[in-house]
Amino acid sequence: MARNEAKERKCILKFEDVSLQFDQASPVLDRVSFEIWSGETRIILGAAGAGKTVMMKIALGLLKASSGRVSVMGQDVTNFDEVQWYEVRSHIGVLFQEGGLFDSITIEENVAYPLLNQARFMTNGKKPTIDSVRPDVQEALNFVELGNTLNKFPSELSGGMRRRVGIARGSVADPDLFLYDSPTAGLDPITANTIIALLIKDREMRNTTAAIITHRFQDGHLMANFRYNPEKDHLERLPADSPLRERTKFMVMKEGQLVFEGSETELDASRDPYISKFSMHPARKVS
Amino acid sequence: MLDWLKSPILTFQEFVTLAGRASLNVFRRPFYGQDLFLQMDTIGVGSLPITVLIGFFSGVIMALQMSRALSQYGATGQVGQITAITLVREMGPVLTALLIAGRNASGIASELGSMKVSEQIDAMRALGTDPVKKLVTPRLLAMCVTLPLLTIIADFVGIVGGYMVAVPLLRLTTGSQYWNNAWRSLEYNDIAQGLIKPLLFAFIIALVGCLYGMRTSGGTQGVGRATTQAVVVASVWIFIVTALVTRIFVNL
Repeated sequence: MARNEAKERKCILKFEDVSLQFDQASPVLDRVSFEIWSGETRIILGAAGAGKTVMMKIALGLLKASSGRVSVMGQDVTNFDEVQWYEVRSHIGVLFQEGGLFDSITIEENVAYPLLNQARFMTNGKKPTIDSVRPDVQEALNFVELGNTLNKFPSELSGGMRRRVGIARGSVADPDLFLYDSPTAGLDPITANTIIALLIKDREMRNTTAAIITHRFQDGHLMANFRYNPEKDHLERLPADSPLRERTKFMVMKEGQLVFEGSETELDASRDPYISKFSMHPARKVS
Repeated sequence: MLDWLKSPILTFQEFVTLAGRASLNVFRRPFYGQDLFLQMDTIGVGSLPITVLIGFFSGVIMALQMSRALSQYGATGQVGQITAITLVREMGPVLTALLIAGRNASGIASELGSMKVSEQIDAMRALGTDPVKKLVTPRLLAMCVTLPLLTIIADFVGIVGGYMVAVPLLRLTTGSQYWNNAWRSLEYNDIAQGLIKPLLFAFIIALVGCLYGMRTSGGTQGVGRATTQAVVVASVWIFIVTALVTRIFVNL
């Protein structure tokens, strides 16, 4: 945690009145403004189609906002072209909804992909070789406890394992911001909790800033109330007065609008029928 | 009326943009040599047996059909000339292109379409590679190299097929007369249009396949739709372009 305090708090991602509209239909994203600061974990809740994934794609430059301004790491990226975006994206890790792994190449090549293809790892325009990045790839896969799957193909792995490979691929280049799109969607509760445990471990070990899109309140609850203990290699509950609880913030999206932003306590206190659906979940009793 | 025209014009615009970007990438780093060779293997070597088969039978059919017409004029000796000209000018390029459109435009569209719906194309962009450079350019280049070669092979095998019918089977003419006739009848004009056509078709097949693949939306069903559309659109454009090119060469 010393690293966190020593580091100056920077604004990692900033949306100012960002809207996105296709044709004459109702906007997919409607004047959304928020800021994510370094060291923060942001839980983005909302029903399907509320604009969560679209927001993530705008933050990555995969979609262009119709209006408003977007800043990534203090840089105004609103009018960046594709080439400029490559540089920005190389500092952002991302986990896609279904993992987004390339199914025609092995797990090792998948995880090595960012290291082999991003401009900042090239020397004199030459790509590093797969052999030279193997230690980093192995480390990233060990972190998600899949160190022995290097030569397997994505189709040979289970859904949860594919997500974990996606996390390894996203974190291998040591990003400043990690965007997780529904890391637990479609997984059984046990696997889902292992994934969240990995996210907590990643936050503790690398001190990454993260935005997590999810529709499970438990994910946010776990992120907010637990920390990883490296000595005992398990998760432990934070004391009630721990300031570390404050680094996890919640956001609720509804039909393209940001309807709530605040801490877990504030989320619990909300009486809005839509917002409280994401806090009064019956499965909250996670010990 | 205008709304009805909007979508095809937009698609055409996308096609031209993609063609421009993919072609410019040929000269820009980084180059994906491995992807290029892999595509040349799938498109070229993979299509070789079926191209040979179709080429052979188109020559056989041409000679069989012509045998009756020519015998009415007592000109059966010309069978070599007719087979060679029709194959080199039109049948070879168009049949090969249609075959490759059915085989590879669909293959490309479904591969890229599945990548699109499983977010692999987005992942590629997010992880620092230009999908046009990594996916489209190698396919376009591979197609431009292999399709003319396949056409040449189909033409040759077709003329051999014509020989099989004309000489050993129907005894319309002698072997040396057939080959002499076929060889002499071909002018530079024929060879030129026979090689320009497959090059243009290569652009159409590769880019239509890639465009429809990368535009895919709507899950598995969308992949199926993209694949079908790619084959239909590519085939239609092959006929339009061959008509245009033939029109130009006829006047030369």
